[in-house]
Amino acid sequence: MSLFTILLSALLVNNFVLVRFLGICPFMGVSKQVDSAIGMGLATTFVMVVAAAATWLIQWFILEPFGLPFLQNMSFILVIASMVQLVEMFLHKTSPGLYRAMGIFLPLITTNCAILGLAIMAVQNSYTFIETVIFALGGGLGFTLALILLAGIREELQFADIPKPLRGAGIAFILAGLLSLAFGGFAGLV
Amino acid sequence: MRLFKDFVRGLWAENPTFRLLIGLCPTLAVTTSAINGMSMGLATAFVLLCSSALISLLKNVIPGKVRIPAYIIVIATFVTIVDLVMNAYMPDLHQVLGLFIPLIVVNCIVLGRAEAFASKNGVVSSAVDGLGMGLGFTWALTLLGSIREILGAGSIFGVALLPEGTTTLGIMALPPGAFITLGVLIAVMNMIAARQKKTS
Repeated sequence: MSLFTILLSALLVNNFVLVRFLGICPFMGVSKQVDSAIGMGLATTFVMVVAAAATWLIQWFILEPFGLPFLQNMSFILVIASMVQLVEMFLHKTSPGLYRAMGIFLPLITTNCAILGLAIMAVQNSYTFIETVIFALGGGLGFTLALILLAGIREELQFADIPKPLRGAGIAFILAGLLSLAFGGFAGLV
Repeated sequence: MRLFKDFVRGLWAENPTFRLLIGLCPTLAVTTSAINGMSMGLATAFVLLCSSALISLLKNVIPGKVRIPAYIIVIATFVTIVDLVMNAYMPDLHQVLGLFIPLIVVNCIVLGRAEAFASKNGVVSSAVDGLGMGLGFTWALTLLGSIREILGAGSIFGVALLPEGTTTLGIMALPPGAFITLGVLIAVMNMIAARQKKTS
């Protein structure tokens, strides 16, 4: 598979949120405003790329040679949690402005299942290092795209007359369903 | 009486799926049929029960500053057990649930109960609380899976309800169906809860 196909597939055809159902919690939680959606999306993309690279190295240089693949879950989640911490400290030191902008979103990323899911999928598909990084980039940007789309629609909906029980999460899920239907149109692309 | 209260809380008042809206990724992804939803729910319930009990036993040993990584290790251990056992004895089911078995580690319900309940309560009430939450999650997933299976394939738990050749809503088994069904169910649960409040 060419690198471009991997990127396009992760970005649109198998969009992490709308087709694979990964990272639904932040997708619902942080999609009320476009600004915070962009911040969250970019922070997640960044952590995804870094974490995918790190877990690739661990899988093929530590777990496989020593016959420990059953420790995959445990080691990956620890690596991701420490990566998030590291990124947080690094940003705090180097660019306080960006750090303040991302603020609360950074620690939340640890529990985003899209990142662990991405690391495990990259191993299952036995991607090379470059392919893993491209896959992570596509997945992260796809997540950002879905988040911004939903946030845009939800901002518009603030003034709409929605039946009371549907307000909040209910209508957001139905909107996500319609977006997912639209993304189904990309199915034959790759 | 207190134990009973701990148990039923997860079933309705603080149901993770319909009331708290957590643990949504597996909820949407694996509920293509009733049996898949139920299996995923039971796997999560097992992890919840075991990790809540163990974390409650270890609560005085774990230092406060590193408690989250420690909880994650405990949870990841039980998830690995479920993953390996399912792969060995139920390979078909393991194939269907696939990625979402290892992802129980990052299911916010499990870590949430560890942090909010098991780290402050005794082992029996923590186990009961974990079981209640797990079963609350299971019934929600089974309901969602049943609705999608009936509308999408015209059957329930693999038993055909509609005669051969009836047109079904194939979209319900696909990703958009998951989102729309859950959205409508949440609205229905909100209506029921509002009505309960009014009468009490």
